[in-house]
Amino acid sequence: MRIKQLIIGLTSAVVAISGFVEIAVADLKFPMLVYRTGAYAPSGIPNADGFVDYYKMINARDGGIGGEKILHPECETGYKTQVGVECYEKNKENAMVFQPMSTGITYQLIPKATNDGVTVYSTGYGRTSAKNGKVFKWIFNAPATYWDGASIAVRHVLKENLGNIKGKTIALVYHNSAYGKEPIRTLEVLAQKHGYKLMLLPVDHPGQEQKSTWLKIRKSRPDYVLMWGWGVMNSVAIKSAASIGFPMDKFIGIWWSGSENDVLPSGMEAHGYKALTFNAPGDNYQVHKDIKKYVFDKGEQSGDGSHFGTVLYNRGLFQAMVQVEAATVAQKIHGTSKITAAMYRDGMENVKLDAKRYEELGFKDFAPAFENTCENHGGSGLAAVQQWDAKAKKWNLITEYMYGDTEVVNKLIAEDSTKYAEEQKITLRCN
Amino acid sequence: MIYKETGQYKSSYKSDHAIFPLIQDKVLFSTLMLIAFLVVPFFINSYWEKAILVPFLIFSLAAIGLNILTGYCGQVSLGTGGFMAVGAFSTYKIMTSFPDLNIMIIVLISGVITAAVGIVFGLPSLRIKGFYLAVATLAAQFFLVWLFNKVPWFYNYSATGQITVSERLMFGIPVTGATAPPYATYLFCLVLVVLLGFAAKNMIRSKIGRSWMAIRDMDIAAEIIGVPPLKTKLSAFAVSSFFIGVSGALYFAVFLGAIEVTESFDIMTISFPVLFMIIIGGLGSMLGSFLGAGFIVTLPIGLKFLMVDLIGLSAVTAKHFEISIWGLLMIVFLIVEPHGLARLWSITKEKLRRWPFPY
Repeated sequence: MRIKQLIIGLTSAVVAISGFVEIAVADLKFPMLVYRTGAYAPSGIPNADGFVDYYKMINARDGGIGGEKILHPECETGYKTQVGVECYEKNKENAMVFQPMSTGITYQLIPKATNDGVTVYSTGYGRTSAKNGKVFKWIFNAPATYWDGASIAVRHVLKENLGNIKGKTIALVYHNSAYGKEPIRTLEVLAQKHGYKLMLLPVDHPGQEQKSTWLKIRKSRPDYVLMWGWGVMNSVAIKSAASIGFPMDKFIGIWWSGSENDVLPSGMEAHGYKALTFNAPGDNYQVHKDIKKYVFDKGEQSGDGSHFGTVLYNRGLFQAMVQVEAATVAQKIHGTSKITAAMYRDGMENVKLDAKRYEELGFKDFAPAFENTCENHGGSGLAAVQQWDAKAKKWNLITEYMYGDTEVVNKLIAEDSTKYAEEQKITLRCN
Repeated sequence: MIYKETGQYKSSYKSDHAIFPLIQDKVLFSTLMLIAFLVVPFFINSYWEKAILVPFLIFSLAAIGLNILTGYCGQVSLGTGGFMAVGAFSTYKIMTSFPDLNIMIIVLISGVITAAVGIVFGLPSLRIKGFYLAVATLAAQFFLVWLFNKVPWFYNYSATGQITVSERLMFGIPVTGATAPPYATYLFCLVLVVLLGFAAKNMIRSKIGRSWMAIRDMDIAAEIIGVPPLKTKLSAFAVSSFFIGVSGALYFAVFLGAIEVTESFDIMTISFPVLFMIIIGGLGSMLGSFLGAGFIVTLPIGLKFLMVDLIGLSAVTAKHFEISIWGLLMIVFLIVEPHGLARLWSITKEKLRRWPFPY
């Protein structure tokens, strides 16, 4: 009885003070919304580790960005929108940039962050039409969008079939949420253009239940299967595909459906599975050496360190690198190391990563060059196809980085963002 | 001696039937209201608004709704998420179809629409009871969520199935959308909760509420003494769904602003938590609805604050602890105090009445 009252009293007291705690105003704050628990943890953990290790490395090697240490408080969202909002509200003060790592939370934060003046960087996910910087002042989604991804996948299919896919069937297995639905519009337009048949197969959250989906695929035998999956959904899909004997080299995932955690559970059967990517696999880059030296050798790695050099870990490094680079650019533009949230946005808008800059940052040949401009917050839109080698247990790039169907994609982006601007009464920038 | 009722004479039926017959309760309630209306709005910031107070108010409303159905009328329901989705999508459709309509009216109409849907899904309750009815309402949950995800008309054919709120004003101040100041959204919800709370309390104390309770306690006996089961059960479904619909409308329009049906109205994010709210708060108790909602909304945030910000655990360890503590508390609660937080309050009152004597 008494213990219970104590617990209740304690919780309510704790809740009462929580809102009034001030976070020390110093350094540069890069709040992290992560999910190391729940159905999306297999994807969330390696990615978050990449972020943390990169920040730690920068703090240890360079003493921060331009002398300002990086603060990276973690907030566990469990991929839940409501918790994401709580995390955002808790950390938004003096925050440089938010990386929601969830399309749902990104949609949630777009109006809020725009109103609060906080940058949101959804690296290759989130709202595709946020590429249009004229409408979305505070939102960035470089280096590539889902619509780029969808058209690159179709381009790869076209190439394999010598440019003719008339009458073929392409199935899309997608997470039944805003994230999974993003590519549908593009794939439909492309279906008209190239004459293939599109088959839509939604998989409900959290994605473990896919029996009926793959039964349908087994029955109607589409020529290709594209996948927009995340978390446990990926590995379940690859396993199910293997169990019905679907050819792995005709199975192409988006860049969020192509990590080691997705293919390893299927063992040899996953051999030949393909996925898009906008960064290279492997752990032989300069940045990895630096992280080994400054973070791992001191035993300060995030998590258990087992994800070092995996696809999503590398993606985390890339995302963190762009965020840090934006701060560096902002410091240069404004001539001060103590940048504000508004200055940071200017930095993000002027990020320019070419081969030379990549090399300086330790990312030589790691990713294709891109730059943000006032009009274009979506980067280059370049991505390549990688293929899983189950014997060697590694991903190999099998194509060059290629553009999507920019003509189709840009038209769709213009349509969608204009509609949003009208709805929200936004005046266009960059004139 | 603090909760002494001696000397408080009632000389009219009206005063005897007051919601708070004791002067102490009256004072306590009025102070609470004064603080809620006159003090909090001046101090509220967006963290308190978005993380604690607005979700608390919205879930209180949902808990009242479910308590009417489950606590007072004895019909178990797992369809809360689905009914909240009806409220949210009605709001969205009305909002986009009639851009000039006042948001308060939109929210109330959404409640009425949800009430109608609730009656339809309440029909099986005339034939089935208990666990079987729970399964039938579970069907409502899955069907409604599936419907709003499947039929593009409901989300105006948007590419992603997301629905987004647009700005609406109340007395010239935005209450929905990103620019709404924290005090405005808070007061908007508070007014609705207070008004509807009183409405519910009075319904429960009047004929309709008594017939609900008669059905809950023993439906055959109730029918024999002249309580029509059809009318009573369906009215409970209608009133309950109205409350849940309004809370769904607020959840979408005021609280989140952008919603995706499969994620936001999932059984694990809405239906079960709201059921836990009324179980932990107290079945068949108005106060219990509020206490339960407050407990469930603030517990994860409180635990997180305690473990991450005070003790300094990593976010993920804290989350694991939180999940286990959550389950543990649930079990402890059901064993130690099966009548919920509301019962704790009445025990406290009893103790205060006898204070300083221990017996």
